[in-house]
Amino acid sequence: MSTSTETGAGETARTRAVDAHEAAEARPLWQVVLIRPEVMTLVLLIAAFFIASALSPFFADATFILESASFYVEYAIVALVLTLVIISGEIDLSPAALMALTACVFAWLFQAGLPIALAMGAAVVVGAAMGAFNGFLVLWCQLPSIIVTIGTLTLYRGLAQVLAGDRSIGGFPSWFIGIDWRVWLGVPVPVIVFTAIAIVLGIFLAFTVTGRQIYQIGTSPEAARHAGIRVRRIKMGLFMLLGIAAAVAGLLTASRLASVRYDMASGGELQMVLMVMLGGTYIFGGRGSIAGTYLAVWLLVVIATGMTVANIPITTQLIVMGALLIISIIATNFIYARTQR
Amino acid sequence: MKRRTLIAAALAASTVMAAGAAVAQDGIEIVYIPKNTGNPYFDSIVAGFEDGCAELGCTFSTTAPATPEATSQIPFITAQIQRRVDVIAISPNSPDALNQVLDRARDRGILVLAVNGDLVGNEEHRDAGILPVDFTKTGPNQVELLGSMIDYEGEIAILSATTDAPDQNTWIAAMNDVLENDPKYENMELVATVYGDDEPQKSTTEAEALLQTYPNLRGIISPTTVGVAAAAQVIQSAGVADEVELTGLGTPNQMRPFIKDGTVEAFQLWSPYNQGWLAAHFAVGVRNGDIEIAPGNTFEVPNLGTVTIEDKNVINTQAELTTFTAENIDDFDF
Amino acid sequence: MSGLGSFFLRRREAGIFVMIVIVALIVGAIEPRFLTLETARIVALAIPLILIAAMGQMMVLVARHVDLSIGSTMAFSSIVAGMMFRDLPEVPILIGVFVAIALGAALGTLNGLLVVLFRLPSIIVTLGTLSLYRGLVFLVSDARQVDPQFIPRSLISMSQTSPIFDIPWIVIIAFAVAFATYLFLGHTRVGRQIYALGSNPVAAPLRGIKVVPITLLVFTLSGALAGLAGVLYASRFGYVNPGITGVGFEFTVIAAVVVGGVSINGGVGTVLGTVLGVLLLGMVSVALPILGVSAFWQDVFNGAVIVAALLIDRAVRDRSVRALAQARSSA
Repeated sequence: MSTSTETGAGETARTRAVDAHEAAEARPLWQVVLIRPEVMTLVLLIAAFFIASALSPFFADATFILESASFYVEYAIVALVLTLVIISGEIDLSPAALMALTACVFAWLFQAGLPIALAMGAAVVVGAAMGAFNGFLVLWCQLPSIIVTIGTLTLYRGLAQVLAGDRSIGGFPSWFIGIDWRVWLGVPVPVIVFTAIAIVLGIFLAFTVTGRQIYQIGTSPEAARHAGIRVRRIKMGLFMLLGIAAAVAGLLTASRLASVRYDMASGGELQMVLMVMLGGTYIFGGRGSIAGTYLAVWLLVVIATGMTVANIPITTQLIVMGALLIISIIATNFIYARTQR
Repeated sequence: MKRRTLIAAALAASTVMAAGAAVAQDGIEIVYIPKNTGNPYFDSIVAGFEDGCAELGCTFSTTAPATPEATSQIPFITAQIQRRVDVIAISPNSPDALNQVLDRARDRGILVLAVNGDLVGNEEHRDAGILPVDFTKTGPNQVELLGSMIDYEGEIAILSATTDAPDQNTWIAAMNDVLENDPKYENMELVATVYGDDEPQKSTTEAEALLQTYPNLRGIISPTTVGVAAAAQVIQSAGVADEVELTGLGTPNQMRPFIKDGTVEAFQLWSPYNQGWLAAHFAVGVRNGDIEIAPGNTFEVPNLGTVTIEDKNVINTQAELTTFTAENIDDFDF
Repeated sequence: MSGLGSFFLRRREAGIFVMIVIVALIVGAIEPRFLTLETARIVALAIPLILIAAMGQMMVLVARHVDLSIGSTMAFSSIVAGMMFRDLPEVPILIGVFVAIALGAALGTLNGLLVVLFRLPSIIVTLGTLSLYRGLVFLVSDARQVDPQFIPRSLISMSQTSPIFDIPWIVIIAFAVAFATYLFLGHTRVGRQIYALGSNPVAAPLRGIKVVPITLLVFTLSGALAGLAGVLYASRFGYVNPGITGVGFEFTVIAAVVVGGVSINGGVGTVLGTVLGVLLLGMVSVALPILGVSAFWQDVFNGAVIVAALLIDRAVRDRSVRALAQARSSA
């Protein structure tokens, strides 16, 4: 939740993180490789898979798991971009509401008679614009992203409701409907889209100059500015990209359901943040990886699907999800604290 | 060391999942998916299924999402398909968002029944709909009940659920129709239809606004369980039970105190228990080949008599609404 | 800046008060029935739960944290109190009220512990406990509602009967809580330390402020007040449903608090401002149905109002920084 105006805990954590970077060189190689949050995620993923298989004989079935993954992939695509935003030291809680808003814009325009391709384009434009609005409030008005996006989350959800009312809008052409049933090489198309985006963003973050600069901005915005990095421009780009990702996710959901309602993806912000945190991205910025988030998505898919197919009451599921979020953040903090010594 | 304990803690959290395990079954396996957990109304339907299956020897289970949001049931349906159950009975949260996944279930040979609410306009995506009552009679029944309380005279208002709730809108349209066309109701004037979104706070505020905006209001119809309870609470608080009559659709447990203290004279509903009971008998009959699903066919259900499959494969559990008053309310517990 | 503008910015409470009057007049002009005592009664009954929780949220925000879990905390206290009334009818109501407050306080303390022990941002911690506590609500209640017949008459009548001037008990309790908060924040050493902690967390330990106990305290108070709101929920609505009670409550409360001029950057906020913020939002929620405006606009209004309040807050801070710089350069 660090912002340019913040002082205190966030600041010291950041300074420590810088020190840690230098200190890390001295540790033995096996520690560098093994003691990473992503490894924890991977271990949990494997463990969860075995537990889920033991719980229900119906779980261990690749087709079923891939099919079920389609429900989570929509949030997952947003979570990938959210990873970049959090590494850069900001956060955004509004994309789930924005998914609903963009999908409602799309459906409303389609119903008003606009060609479907144009309506889809409009949804993406609205997504980018709303993302830019978040960026404007955070970067130019210098409001803390964590609170301001709580405001815009309420606002976007409200606008979606005003636009669509309390009914579902549907009647889309058959080629648009049911993207999650389309399979390529045995894998549903949304899962392929998710994986492709993960690869592109992973390469971007790890191997491009801008990608490295995102880490620097998250580690210390002041230092980044002194080093001549255009902090504001990069962050603005990330907010807009997040808006676009939300629009894409909204359209995927519209295709899967063949209809759109204002309350779709409600509560999705928790899932998205959970995916990023579970993947070992540092909440104060400066650290994290796309690989971690990618693994975390599969971890969530396995846990949620495993519990549902074993008929475990939703009660237990809610508690596991909430506890998981807190435990993953604590664990990540400990691992980063440990690597500092 | 610290790290190891942490991972252990994380694992411990995931093993909370070990609460219940699935066992493969012989015989017919029925699963019922209500709108959401925590809704006492659906517990009665579940009880009907349980008793039905206990008698018929089928295996029954129930599972539900936390919220009644349109898409929240989808992962649960997918999981049940994977569990290879024979029958999925569902009280749908959306008339259209479930189309795709229900089609998939039917492709796999699963019998899909809509229970308590139908996929209005998308009936081809389920095998049959088991509805509580003949919905075309619900609106007129309610108008008649309120009319009898206010001597068929004065201003009345409707407090509904959401503006697009399909069942409520069907009933409200029928209410408007009889109020306009039946001379018996010519002195009753419908002054407002408002929507409380099935939320206690909003329903309460809407009901209070009704009392304030229409000082001459004689009666309120609230054809939704949340709305009628909120309106009863408002009338009781304002102390206007003598001036304003209230009726609607509510559950006996929810309305009991208001009937006892005279805030509400009578309200109506149907039997959710019988729906579960009927659905279990119907499902087993179809699976065993005793019942063929086609409009016009009939079958026997113990305690309910002969039941007819209507147009669009709709099955009505009872014809007219049950009216609850101070005399009979203690016979019911749901 | 015009005189009126600076008046608005400097006296935040006056600004909100003027807003309340303007909104009332506009709505009254369209629908004269709005300007009656009856409306005042409806507004008064719409705000007590929000007002009580807002007092807790305000203290948390002043200490530079936030508590998103209050809706679930409220539901937990509410359902447990309701179950007590149902399963142990001989237990006096006051015990139920006490249990609700204590449970809320316990959940609040847990939030605080997670924040101070692991140095985690409160927003993420409470986003997690929002889901966790809701799970607990389903767990303890076995996902079953507590029906109206089990809520004691005397508890319900607190929302209906009045000891004085026709003001229901529940409203009096809410304003008593606000007044107590005012005394606590303004006239005790600990209260002032909350402000000092929030305005500068780094310097706070140097000034002898015990950061950990005070952070725990604000979260505990926020939880306890959410717990009180929970038992009053049972009074107001006459039943407790595990899936409905308190859902989305946190957003309404945060909106009211930031509209009331409490700064999310900590250290700034008054009880009077918060009360007025709650009143403004409560009045709008009553005005919409009276005007016949769709309730859909409520969320748009709440969201816009949060963003607007944050922008005003920012503008005020910029002004005071500039004023300070001016004072320094002229000295």
